Amino acid sequence: MQRVAKARGDLALRRHSEAIAFLVMTGLLVVAPTFAYPVFLMKALCFALFACAFNLLIGFVGLLSFGHALFFGWASYIAAHAAKVWGFPPELAILSGAATAAGLGAIVGALAIRRQGIYFAMITLALAQMMYFFAVQAPFTHGEDGIQAVPRGKLFGFIDLADQSNMYIMVLVIFLGCFLLIYRIINSPFGEVLKAIRENEPRAISLGYKSERYKLVAFVLSATFAGVAGATKALVFQLASLTDVDWPMSGEVILMTLVGGLGTLFGPVAGAFFMVTLENYLTTIGQWVFVVQGVIFVVCVLLFRRGIIGELAQVLRVKL
Amino acid sequence: MSDDFILQTEDLTKEFAGFVAVSGVNLRVARGTIHALIGPNGAGKTTCFNLLTKFMSPSRGRIVYKGRDITPLPPAGVARLGLVRSFQISAVFPHLTVLENVRVALQRQRGSSFDFWRSKRVLDVFNERAMALIADVGLSSFAHWTAVELPYGRKRALEIATTLALDPEMLLLDEPMAGMGHEDIDRISALIKSVAAERTVLMVEHNLSVVANLSHRITVLTRGRVLAEGDYKTVSAHPLVREAYLGVGHA
Ligand SMILES: Nc1ncnc2c1ncn2[C@@H]1O[C@H](COP(=O)(O)OP(=O)(O)OP(=O)(O)O)[C@@H](O)[C@H]1O
Ligand SMILES: [Mg+2]
Repeated sequence: MQRVAKARGDLALRRHSEAIAFLVMTGLLVVAPTFAYPVFLMKALCFALFACAFNLLIGFVGLLSFGHALFFGWASYIAAHAAKVWGFPPELAILSGAATAAGLGAIVGALAIRRQGIYFAMITLALAQMMYFFAVQAPFTHGEDGIQAVPRGKLFGFIDLADQSNMYIMVLVIFLGCFLLIYRIINSPFGEVLKAIRENEPRAISLGYKSERYKLVAFVLSATFAGVAGATKALVFQLASLTDVDWPMSGEVILMTLVGGLGTLFGPVAGAFFMVTLENYLTTIGQWVFVVQGVIFVVCVLLFRRGIIGELAQVLRVKL
Repeated sequence: MSDDFILQTEDLTKEFAGFVAVSGVNLRVARGTIHALIGPNGAGKTTCFNLLTKFMSPSRGRIVYKGRDITPLPPAGVARLGLVRSFQISAVFPHLTVLENVRVALQRQRGSSFDFWRSKRVLDVFNERAMALIADVGLSSFAHWTAVELPYGRKRALEIATTLALDPEMLLLDEPMAGMGHEDIDRISALIKSVAAERTVLMVEHNLSVVANLSHRITVLTRGRVLAEGDYKTVSAHPLVREAYLGVGHA
């Protein structure tokens, strides 16, 4: 009897594993500022959202974009410019950044989506590099200096974001909101078709699905979330710079997603926190950071192909 | 005249870098029949299917389906007209469950599913129909298995259930029974027969007893060309066919 009851309890836990994990994550993030620096947490949250956006594409559509810094970085420029030069309030600055990313996503997506595998990755990389050079040249980005001293402003006109805890709450709400939205996308009728396309594209086509359109919509959504992440980061650091549009940033988001667990819900979040923490501790060793990242990449590919969360889910036999 | 034929091709030809895989094929499939396409390995049967469903563009020729020239359509467009194919290599969605596999096909009835803001629970309305289709192919007890875990024959059965979920007017089945045991073959034969009561089936099949048992009409293809056409008796008596099938033909 007892065993049956226990097994039933187990089953309920299993079925709701994602909801439980979400509550745990939210709880941790709410109490985190009591033991970690808010700026560090906000940085990690921005990267977590960026990685979730990227994972939407690689994990659920099977498309490897090697140019996601384009959306992240350009959204950050536009948000910074909007807040500083146009005097936009923070919510509109972030929306402008996200809209820019969506527009760029539609263009890049339309050009890249017909290509498969490595060709898709190469086209996204090429277009991202093109836009990187544009960022280097355009006067409003201020080249090497970037857009500095971006005002955080007042959210909805009355919440002063200069206050660190207000800022943290806003970033947390943006992150959780986008995370839930991504969860919904994955678990929508649209998401079901995406999974079918990822699993077997010719078969999905033979069932009458115009796979390219689905992939394009997914691409634009992914770019938009990446844009929200980049725009938010610009307000957090009050800075938009070339680092965020350059190709190593595209590589880093791939690494975060891989380390955390490709195609899992929570993997990108874990991966982002892991990498940001690591970089924090490793700032003293300068360029060696890249070597450490390289080693992590190799170890991941060779030993932990499922990533942190993927392996954990495997051990616990639940969905995460 | 063209009304009796649901699918017709004129001079259908496909060349791969100088090699002609399908050459001047004029095919006519009568509505409501089971039509078999047979021929030795490499005869161009699968290529024919790829052309008919527009997974490949013909080098030459026309395809007319229900009186309409479908030659310029994209593959998803052909499927939407009710001409649905299966694949020679079993084509399931490996990491979806059996139920989800069938449901993703039923979902097509909604039109396009771009509603990413809605919960997938709206798809639960298709569960009942999906389970009925799954039962038809004898997979009820596997409904919650992940497709990749199914034995080969069961995967083929799942593929047929998924194809039928679209309620197509015409099915193209590429070796639906390859790799199946006797029992499965009998069940799937019966299924195809019952399905064909209201539909047209064009199938590639190597198992000649299945062909003899099921098909109303047979087209024999060798080296991309039509060698013979007719009912089983005519075709199997054809000297060239006997030659092409020497040792393969059944008594
Ligand atoms: N994409 C392609 N590029 C080049 N040649 C091809 C291509 N697809 C098929 N062929 C060639 O066309 C010929 C016909 O192939 P097809 O797959 O249509 O034969 P089939 O009748 O289906 O044979 P099987 O019974 O073995 O399935 C073969 O010689 C094959 O090598
Ligand atoms: Mg074949």
